[in-house]
Amino acid sequence: MSDVVLEIKNLTRRFGAFTAVDALTLSVNAGEVFGLLGSNGAGKTTTIKMLTTLLPPTSGEARVAGFSITTQAVGVRRAIGYVPQAVSVDGSLTGYENLLIFAKLYDLPHRDQQARIAEALEFMNLTADAKRLVGEYSGGMVRRLEIAQSTLHRPKVLFLDEPTVGLDPIARDAVWKHLIDMRANYGTTLFFTTHYLEEAEAHCDRIAIMHQGKLDALGTCKELEASLGPGHTLNDVFTHYAGSALDTGNNFRAVSAERATAERLG
Amino acid sequence: MTATLIYPLTSFVEKTFVITEFELRKLRHDFTELITRALQPALWLLIFGQVFARSGAMHTGKIPYLDFIAPGILAQSVLFVAIFYGINVIWERDLGIVQKFLASPTPRAALVLGKGFSAGIRTLSQGVIVYSLSLVLGVKLNWSPLALLNVLIMVILAATLFSTFSLVIACIVKTRERFMGVGQVLTMPLFFASNAIYPTDIMPGWLKMVSHLNPLTYVVDALRTCMLAGSTSTFGLSLDYVVILVTTTVLVLVGARLYPRLAT
Repeated sequence: MSDVVLEIKNLTRRFGAFTAVDALTLSVNAGEVFGLLGSNGAGKTTTIKMLTTLLPPTSGEARVAGFSITTQAVGVRRAIGYVPQAVSVDGSLTGYENLLIFAKLYDLPHRDQQARIAEALEFMNLTADAKRLVGEYSGGMVRRLEIAQSTLHRPKVLFLDEPTVGLDPIARDAVWKHLIDMRANYGTTLFFTTHYLEEAEAHCDRIAIMHQGKLDALGTCKELEASLGPGHTLNDVFTHYAGSALDTGNNFRAVSAERATAERLG
Repeated sequence: MTATLIYPLTSFVEKTFVITEFELRKLRHDFTELITRALQPALWLLIFGQVFARSGAMHTGKIPYLDFIAPGILAQSVLFVAIFYGINVIWERDLGIVQKFLASPTPRAALVLGKGFSAGIRTLSQGVIVYSLSLVLGVKLNWSPLALLNVLIMVILAATLFSTFSLVIACIVKTRERFMGVGQVLTMPLFFASNAIYPTDIMPGWLKMVSHLNPLTYVVDALRTCMLAGSTSTFGLSLDYVVILVTTTVLVLVGARLYPRLAT
């Protein structure tokens, strides 16, 4: 069996009386493509924020690449890459500059920086546009640049929060092609959230479904489908566990941020 | 042993300059800002300064009134530019940029000081504007290299101080609307409760006391001492520097502590 790279134990986060993530326990193996599914407000983003050390947990613990998110935050930060849902590259810098700043912040050896940036640009198919301002990029290019930026330092785990939201189908396919290639080349573990079930089905080794902060289902796509009996699709599985999500949903700020992201990328 | 102690410090300094460098690279693309910023000090010196100089209402000793306020207007324009700097991090928060930097191993204090420092360098253009206007208006300037160097350093430090203050406010209020409100509320009191456009001697006792707690007063004192030919310092240049450096350090530490709030 492969090594465990992400180990989550009873991870809990409350906001006042509201429990966003409720005693989440799961582990992810090195090199795995792991999809976290759930309706809006299920606790996916809160989970990612805790795992990336942006938000301290109320209780529970997680270890990322062997480092504790509560007591070894800097170790975790060195070992991970993070692509937030919103646009996280700077539109007033060029693609190359956006990569250069992260090469420096992550302490890449000076003599390797240029080669590593050139390789990342090439890999994400952005070499021709490296000197252009990112403000002029298309949505798919922005996402690919964000992934290049978050993986320059060869993280063990790459966290992606809805990496394909707001992209057209062609750009989505391109983003996934690059992500899968990256896993193949560098063994990067991919931990991502998505609303698109077909993406989860096509790319995930395993899937977890969260509902109201709790882990409701965990397994390979096939296992989850089979758990409901023969002839069921992942869509059925999702509806079964996450329910019709009309009553939950995000708050105003989250929704407007999500739509703004979609607009910027689209 | 020493390496483990020195590394965090060198890393902190290095990362601070990386942040500053990239903030300044963005400057290439907004030159219009530099021009619009020139307007306010021009109005204060050409209109307010001229009128009050004529009225003879302000007694500024052996220094003519227009000379007296030139350094005050430089300090004021530094304050006005820097105090709204925090809006940038709110903007970067609404995108996902702040979150991504916070998920990187960069020390928080380096993120804060790097941004503040870049605001400091950006504000140097205000110095060029105020010096040009002063030259036109016949203000007797001190052109000694040491004096100019002191003005340069003081402008950078003052802008770093007030932009870091602005960043701290941004971390607390988090939204653009509230930030603009707080920014508006703060600028005028800071400006009026200082020695920028009148000597503290003519203030009522309570205001004089407040002005002595206002970092802007020490910025103005230092600028007035170095910018004008034949001017003397009220507090002493060393005390001015100490007040500014200590205040900036405290604000950077508070900012580093509050910065992660932007990601939640």
